[in-house]
Amino acid sequence: MLGYSIRRLLAAIPTLLLLIAASFVLIQVAPGGPFTSERPLPPQVLANIEARYGLDQPMWKQFWDYLYNIVFHFDFGPSFKFKDRDVNDIIAQGFPISLTYGFLSFLAATSVGVTLGVAAAIRHNTWIDYFAVSLGIAAQALPNFIMGPILILVFTLYLGWLPGGGWNGGAWPYLIMPVIALSTSYMGSIARITRSSMLEVLNSNYIRTARAKGIPERQIIWKHAMKPTLLPVVSYLGPVFVYVLTGSVFVDIYFSTGGLGQAYVGSALSRDYSVLLGVTILYGGLTVLVNLITDLAYAWFDPKIRY
Amino acid sequence: MFGSSKKTIELAEAVNEQAVVGRSLWRDAYDRFTSNKAAMVCVATLGCIVLFTLAGPFFAVWDNETIDWTAMGDVRGLGAPSVESGHFFGVDDLGRDLYSRVIQATTTSLLVGLIGAAMALIVGTLYGIVAGYLGGRIDGLMMRFVDILLAIPSTLVIILLLVVAGRSFIMLFVALGAVSWLSMARIVRGQTLTLKNRDFIEAARAAGVGEFTIMIRHILPNLLGVVIVYASLLVPEMILAESFISFLGLGISEPYTSLGALIAEGAGTMAYGTLWQLLFPLFFYVTIIITMFFIGDGLRDALDPKDR
Amino acid sequence: MKHIRNSALATLVATTMLASPVLAAGTHPTTGEPLADDQTFTYRVLDEHSSVDPQVVEDVTGAEVVRDLFEGLMNQDEDGNLVPGVATGFTTNDDKTVYTFTLRDNAKWSNGDPVVAGDFVYAWQRAVDPELSSPYAWYMEITSIENAAKIIAGDAPITDLGVKAIDDRTLEITLSAPLPYFATMTTHSTLFPAPRSVIEAHGADWTKPENIVSNGAYVLTEHLPNERSVRERNPMYWDNENTIIDKVVALVINDENVALTRYMAGELDRTEVPAGQFPRLKEEHPEEAISFPRLCNYYYTFNLSNDGPEQFKDVRVRKALAMAVDRKIIVENVLAGGQPEAYSFTPAAVANFEPPASEMASITQAERDAKAKELLAEAGYGPDNPLKFSMIYNTSESHKKIAVAMSQMWKQKLGVEAELGNMEWKVFLETRGNQDFELARGAWCGDYNEASTFLDLLTTPSGYNDGKFSSAEIDSLMTQARTASETSDLYTRVEAIIAQEQPVIPIYHYAGVYMLDSDVGNWPVNNVEQNWYSKNLYKIAE
Repeated sequence: MLGYSIRRLLAAIPTLLLLIAASFVLIQVAPGGPFTSERPLPPQVLANIEARYGLDQPMWKQFWDYLYNIVFHFDFGPSFKFKDRDVNDIIAQGFPISLTYGFLSFLAATSVGVTLGVAAAIRHNTWIDYFAVSLGIAAQALPNFIMGPILILVFTLYLGWLPGGGWNGGAWPYLIMPVIALSTSYMGSIARITRSSMLEVLNSNYIRTARAKGIPERQIIWKHAMKPTLLPVVSYLGPVFVYVLTGSVFVDIYFSTGGLGQAYVGSALSRDYSVLLGVTILYGGLTVLVNLITDLAYAWFDPKIRY
Repeated sequence: MFGSSKKTIELAEAVNEQAVVGRSLWRDAYDRFTSNKAAMVCVATLGCIVLFTLAGPFFAVWDNETIDWTAMGDVRGLGAPSVESGHFFGVDDLGRDLYSRVIQATTTSLLVGLIGAAMALIVGTLYGIVAGYLGGRIDGLMMRFVDILLAIPSTLVIILLLVVAGRSFIMLFVALGAVSWLSMARIVRGQTLTLKNRDFIEAARAAGVGEFTIMIRHILPNLLGVVIVYASLLVPEMILAESFISFLGLGISEPYTSLGALIAEGAGTMAYGTLWQLLFPLFFYVTIIITMFFIGDGLRDALDPKDR
Repeated sequence: MKHIRNSALATLVATTMLASPVLAAGTHPTTGEPLADDQTFTYRVLDEHSSVDPQVVEDVTGAEVVRDLFEGLMNQDEDGNLVPGVATGFTTNDDKTVYTFTLRDNAKWSNGDPVVAGDFVYAWQRAVDPELSSPYAWYMEITSIENAAKIIAGDAPITDLGVKAIDDRTLEITLSAPLPYFATMTTHSTLFPAPRSVIEAHGADWTKPENIVSNGAYVLTEHLPNERSVRERNPMYWDNENTIIDKVVALVINDENVALTRYMAGELDRTEVPAGQFPRLKEEHPEEAISFPRLCNYYYTFNLSNDGPEQFKDVRVRKALAMAVDRKIIVENVLAGGQPEAYSFTPAAVANFEPPASEMASITQAERDAKAKELLAEAGYGPDNPLKFSMIYNTSESHKKIAVAMSQMWKQKLGVEAELGNMEWKVFLETRGNQDFELARGAWCGDYNEASTFLDLLTTPSGYNDGKFSSAEIDSLMTQARTASETSDLYTRVEAIIAQEQPVIPIYHYAGVYMLDSDVGNWPVNNVEQNWYSKNLYKIAE
């Protein structure tokens, strides 16, 4: 297992390098430079700025300098839009926020989703099943961004229970609505996958054998059925985690949490190349890491898989 | 004489008249699907919606871009849904008829879903078959390429593509297709790997059938089950992704719109007494997504007998 | 030598000398209103600001913060008049090319250091320094300070800048051309002072809350990008006794509807009113929904460059399009915020400006439509040859609404087929700046209360003349206006030429449309530039 992990991590390096290169190229092709502004800069000032940010150098040199700074100095460069912050600052400030409510959403979606799915499967074809399925489908079908204004209207204006936005260092009243908004649709899909997976497991031969042997139902479910049920769920969770992070832009927009999602989309729209590249690499690296963890977890759930 | 009794003649005729209709796998799948009540109801519903988009414009009093100046002045009062004013679904915040706009938006969203999924399907399937069948280093390289692309967050790729190449209908399909063919390719490749070692493929090769023909004539049909199921699950995903893009302001240009854009607009004016602006597009959107879910589930149950 | 006689100034100085220490939680010294215990003002901003470095900031949100944190030579009062800031007054020579400002002796930085003339010299040199590459360096150019343009272009050292500290309390500025309104330009952030020692110690990080040192009524205590920024009372400020608000919180809320919801829930004291909602809100909350004129215009500009669209080269086409726009509907139905219709490029609210009598404004819309049809037919367009073109605007809900309304008006009245396109801000600016458009939206907020800040846009050498409109007569009139003592007539003539040539379609002039909590006192509704200072506000006890 350790050998496998190390091999995977090593294999990730060329992947990341190519990812950086691909993003770099894509971004250079996009129209609009980082210094377009309402008041056109005099050519000399523009030349100065470009020199300062190294934009006047040949592409390969820019790329090489960039790579060098990342690998040896962990420095992602200055932001083109914000004069008093560089990319490291922006990421260091936004990432913990996105990670916090992202992770909590992930936990919420997984725990509620799995519970719902298992309950539905165990009580197949009863009202619990129909309720859970309907809930899951409704949650999944709603466009996630709509949760923002609805939650704020209900909880801040009509009920007055929760603050309408902000982060406040992650105090729990500020976490509730973002987490609900972000986790809802994944809760639905996780519930459905769990349910169908468990139904399949419960109908399989070895479970039937276990029942025939007289093992109590509770033991069957927890000891024998759970692990194989969660197998497909686990492989789904990897991408879910990344979606939660990258899809969090609407949470940042509606709840003003200051997370990375907004910095990410904002930098794409305002051509802040360095921030865009930095966050892409961060997310890319995270995806690779999460995929690895998922695969390892997979092995724990399915004893037949050995690396 | 032997074989010349009346009974024998009758039997012989019965046998000759009709060849036994074989039950193919597709037939089985079709039967299973049609007996799935939930799926059939959803097919009917989706059919109704498509019918609505086709026939609806004949009943429309207003088109989708003309502003009703009087309604614009008092959206809350005069802009509410009513049959007399010809605004069956009310008006949007600019005084344009929501009925026609919803029809146009539904058409757009359906097209985006279907064409986007189709593009992902075609590209992904071809890529996956080639990679899986050829195997070895080529497969490794092709899949490594896919893995790298998968590591780039899809939102970024979509945004960048739309921003680089400009916004148009075509670009939207291309951008959405560009990020979704990847997982399709992986699944198809996996299935191809399983299939290519089967005996019947071995037999075909022994018979001298060319590699390419094997891929198209023997492997592809056996993949179709998985591919169809996955594609049907892709459609709602495409529609969801498109709604997110519209939310970011990168979707279709005015005066055309999509359900995502209408919902985002409606969500903004929820508290101002114009709830219809949200409810009508939301209803169509959610209905389409839910029906596609059930149809996808039904297809999977029908085509993959292992999965019950 | 002329002196500014300002009795209000004398009174203010006298009151400060008498220095009554505590003003919060008591009654307001002038109006006698009871003051709330919690003097915190919370308001909404649309977007994260670009910077709080006075020589670097380029957006309105940032400028609002900088105006509280720093103080320049002069300030503006609630009516937009000049009042002393760090300077107690100034004198000029006869031809207005040399300004001498006298600084007060009790102005301090938040770390206790005195504010001296050298701080202004350092700051202004920084503003033109190609090293810093400030996006607002062009502002220094239009102040006409000697050698500013040369230094920015890199042809002279920053020490050549025409500003000198005669001594710690006297600042002498030499202009390369006479500018009667130079003093009003010092209210803008680019001309604020800067703390040399702090900047040299921390470099680009000097604006972080833990490092920043400022000389205004407030210091920056918290800054969480995309979430909030907080500024609190600066006890070192020379006029601190008169500051009532203790804390100002700016919350970043992108979505205007969510902002309104949160305002209704009591989390904000001020927010913008979403387009079209003002009449309803005015009815439901008459004390809180306010609207007042602002110094910005909103227009669409034709691409009149040589490779521009053929259709627009015909002035009849331009006039027809301008006439057929029903500004009343846009202003009353789409925006519904009390914005005035615009028939001139410069807002009528600008000081010393008289818009010319406009033919368009004096007839009814029906008559305008008729004339428009006539003109368009004369130019050769009609049902069998419809006028076609594309129009672009930057992505925003209200810009979209206006663009759609305009295109519909043109379609219904003139059979015009206008194709709409929106793009994000940066791309929009680049596209427009490269004359890569046919008809594009534009808006301009005046940097100072004088018509030239608008009219300069339509002169040939202007860097913002994206439509590339060129009129020799306007160019000469504007050059004259820079040195003339009476400019009003000249500006009116320029507007008359604009009305004739119609290089732009003015739509409306801005109004500040806000929900302002009724417990906020002394909001400067009469200051058309909306240069508001938190130190002049207060919260009334409920």
